[in-house]
Amino acid sequence: MTLALKTTDLAKTFDIGKRLIGPPRAQVRAVHPVSLEVRQGETLGIVGESGCGKSTLARMLVGLTPATSGTIEIEGRALDRADPAAFGRLIQYVFQDPVSSLNPRKTIRQIMEAPLRQLHAMKGRALEARIAELFDAVNLRPEFLNRYPHEFSGGQAQRIGIARALAASPRILILDEPVSALDVSVQAQVLNLLAELKAEFNLTYLFISHDLAVVEAVSDRIAVLYFGSVVETGPAEKVFAAPRHPYTKLLADSAPVVGRPLGGAQSGELPDPLNPPAGCAFAGRCPRASDLCHRDIPRLRVVEGDQFAACHHPVPH
Amino acid sequence: MTVFLRLLFRNKLAGFGAVVLGIIVVLAVLTPVLPLPAPNETNTASRFLRPLSEGHLLGTDHLGRDLLSRLMWGTRLSLAVGFAAALAAGLVGAAIGVMAGYFGGRTDNVTMRGVDMLMAFPYILVALAIVAVLGPGLLNALIAVAVVNIPFFARNIRGVTVGIAHREFIDAARLAGMGHARIILTEVVPNIVPVVVIAMSTTIGWMILETAGLSFLGLGSQPPQADLGSMLGEARSALITAPHTSIVPGVMILLIVMSVNLLGDGIRDALDPRLRSGALARPMATTRVERGHAPAPKGEGLLRIDDLETQFHVGARVYKAVNKVSLDLQPGECLGLIGESGSGKSVTALSVMGLVASPPGVITGGAVRLEGQDLIGAPYDLLRSLRGRKVAYIFQDPLSTLHPLYRIGDQLIEAIRVHEPVSRAQAHRRAVKLLEDVRIPNAAARARAYPHELSGGMRQRVGIAMALANDPDIIIADEPTTALDVTVQAQILALLSDLRRDRGLAILFITHDFGVVGQLCDRVAVMYGGRIVETGPTAAVLAAPAHPYTRRLIACVPELGGGQRILAAIPGLPPAVDDLPAGCAFAPRCDKAQEACSKGEIDLTGDGRQVRCLFPEGAV
Repeated sequence: MTLALKTTDLAKTFDIGKRLIGPPRAQVRAVHPVSLEVRQGETLGIVGESGCGKSTLARMLVGLTPATSGTIEIEGRALDRADPAAFGRLIQYVFQDPVSSLNPRKTIRQIMEAPLRQLHAMKGRALEARIAELFDAVNLRPEFLNRYPHEFSGGQAQRIGIARALAASPRILILDEPVSALDVSVQAQVLNLLAELKAEFNLTYLFISHDLAVVEAVSDRIAVLYFGSVVETGPAEKVFAAPRHPYTKLLADSAPVVGRPLGGAQSGELPDPLNPPAGCAFAGRCPRASDLCHRDIPRLRVVEGDQFAACHHPVPH
Repeated sequence: MTVFLRLLFRNKLAGFGAVVLGIIVVLAVLTPVLPLPAPNETNTASRFLRPLSEGHLLGTDHLGRDLLSRLMWGTRLSLAVGFAAALAAGLVGAAIGVMAGYFGGRTDNVTMRGVDMLMAFPYILVALAIVAVLGPGLLNALIAVAVVNIPFFARNIRGVTVGIAHREFIDAARLAGMGHARIILTEVVPNIVPVVVIAMSTTIGWMILETAGLSFLGLGSQPPQADLGSMLGEARSALITAPHTSIVPGVMILLIVMSVNLLGDGIRDALDPRLRSGALARPMATTRVERGHAPAPKGEGLLRIDDLETQFHVGARVYKAVNKVSLDLQPGECLGLIGESGSGKSVTALSVMGLVASPPGVITGGAVRLEGQDLIGAPYDLLRSLRGRKVAYIFQDPLSTLHPLYRIGDQLIEAIRVHEPVSRAQAHRRAVKLLEDVRIPNAAARARAYPHELSGGMRQRVGIAMALANDPDIIIADEPTTALDVTVQAQILALLSDLRRDRGLAILFITHDFGVVGQLCDRVAVMYGGRIVETGPTAAVLAAPAHPYTRRLIACVPELGGGQRILAAIPGLPPAVDDLPAGCAFAPRCDKAQEACSKGEIDLTGDGRQVRCLFPEGAV
């Protein structure tokens, strides 16, 4: 099995309170060193709550945010300088807010042409034919090409966003909350379309979402992020059914499910990023925390088979 | 373009300005072909002729030159210089602003501090210094005026560019392989052109005035060439003996600057998207009501909504957001109102207390009765006394509903004292107690926090505390957990459920999430296209949905534990409420639809468990 994407200790630190000269006032580690492997043709779901660093991670993977340290390899080739154009042909991004990711002053045709002209130097009839092919793939009518973004509903705009990402003929697609701005009836349409496209174009997906049920429905494997670190990875069918990290368990138990009684949810919040705790970031909210957890940061290690957790006291079966 | 002109001329003063300026510009353009004497032809024999003299309509100046001719040639020059200076300042300033805003960081810091320094000097001093260095002359005056105005444009455009440079479509352009130059030219610039035009149209008057000022001081146009400023300057010595020589150019300056400014304001109003959408128009204190007669109550209830119709009238279009909706809420009950965006669920909730913004909102029919008293069309004072005291709201985004500049404790105190005459100290004690009730740890200290210092979950707790401040009977919660993370959502739902039990609250809970409804609500009503399509006890509706829409919507929602799979989807889109199909709004997307479905009105049938469908799923 070949690897489509591999990150080694990819990390990002943001400077807070930059000055004109001299060092910044403080630093925030948005993403702690993350090592991930995504196999060819796989969908890796990345789950986490707001502020966990999932969007920063995604932006680093496409070169929109330069990484502080670590390396990114796509199909065995290292991509370390942050040049979105170099990334663009291999890896593309689908944005969360479909409408704001389309320039309001350009027609859909102009938007679709940009990646084809810039990345693949297409023009004339070949360009036209490719756009028609892409629009057909995402089930949009060709007459939409002459309209402006505000004329579309969220679901249609997201299809346009997907078509634009596909125009670059990438090998990997980063989907950053692609359906969270959409209504449920439309959400299912877009998710199914994504599944079809994956098979048709032989794509690899990184699917980022805060919605556990959606991630579970589309993913082969899942990585759970908390406070900038991967706390658990494993096959999709195991991670939520038999979570090993207490945070994953909390997530799974919090999802609203018909028939499950309310309550049982612990209080507690994310630690202050400017003043991170010494040990495990989840220890303050964790029912299983011991002295060890408040002292040492747990490393991601095998719990059972292909399920990994960064926890000193993983949840037993 | 026609929209722009219509908006522009809707503003009468702007139209007046456009007409006056148009006449002046046409005359100035035509000056060379008009039958006027040469402007610089002196005739000292007939100096200081009064206006309406023979051969000199506006008289002559101190050298006997024809004032009308000099005025027209001077206006021509002043207008040209003013426009040129505005254009130059606009282009250079916009270029600086775009660079600073787009690249940010150090580039931004250095350029903007330079611009600030330029701004720190009085403009006339800077202009004088520039002219002093370059020497007097009209072109140099133009350069001076343009340079002086660059900071205004640079700052304005930088602010707008910063907002655009962080938008997602800029990221998308970078991923499409565009370089910085191309992104600036094709993605950023088209979005800031309106701002540049607005800034130019509002400053052009100033530029004409400033150029005239420099010419007045003898630093602009050189004799014998006439511009409005130099005409004034030359006439100064004869101000008392021959006032018309000053009044004539003075009136022209007044007319030009006034008409330019009026037109500029009009252009700004017509182009600014915020003003265009009517965001700055103040909504009325309560929703406008245009109702025939109130329908008779169909039953009992703490809160009864009968055949409520709320519409949005935008131009000639009528959006039927809420279409004959009937609901009832019993004391201590939790009713879920579920639907997708645009289904009318929020508008229904806002209509209860007359909170739909008017214009464009209008309540065109129905009744909302609180303990039997009809609230539609009730006087503002009555509604105000009920808002918060009897019926309180919790909104989706607590960051935008809490005032960012006041401490949360003070906001709670205000909410309490609006309805009850208690002392500040007493109100403060109650505020802290409320914060404790919504389980905010360390309540007394947190009362002194500002909204931005709290996390999303904590802010929503404050929002709930505020709703509880006056011990209401009913809480209307409009998607209160949608913006929150799942773990926080679970906490907030548990809190609402406990509060409801402890205080006997009735809750109208608006959401799009069946899971949330299933956990919290006793009964549920499903909305689609502004109508209720199904209602009944939550467990019954979720277990055996009767309306095809409900059934298929539930099937769309992925549930945890289902594994990787293809989801059921509903093809098509929800209907636009300004163009609802006849009959069932869901018929075009429904796989069970038959001809009868799109014929006429379909009634909500059943008792307790109601459905608006000719061919419901199973027996109801």
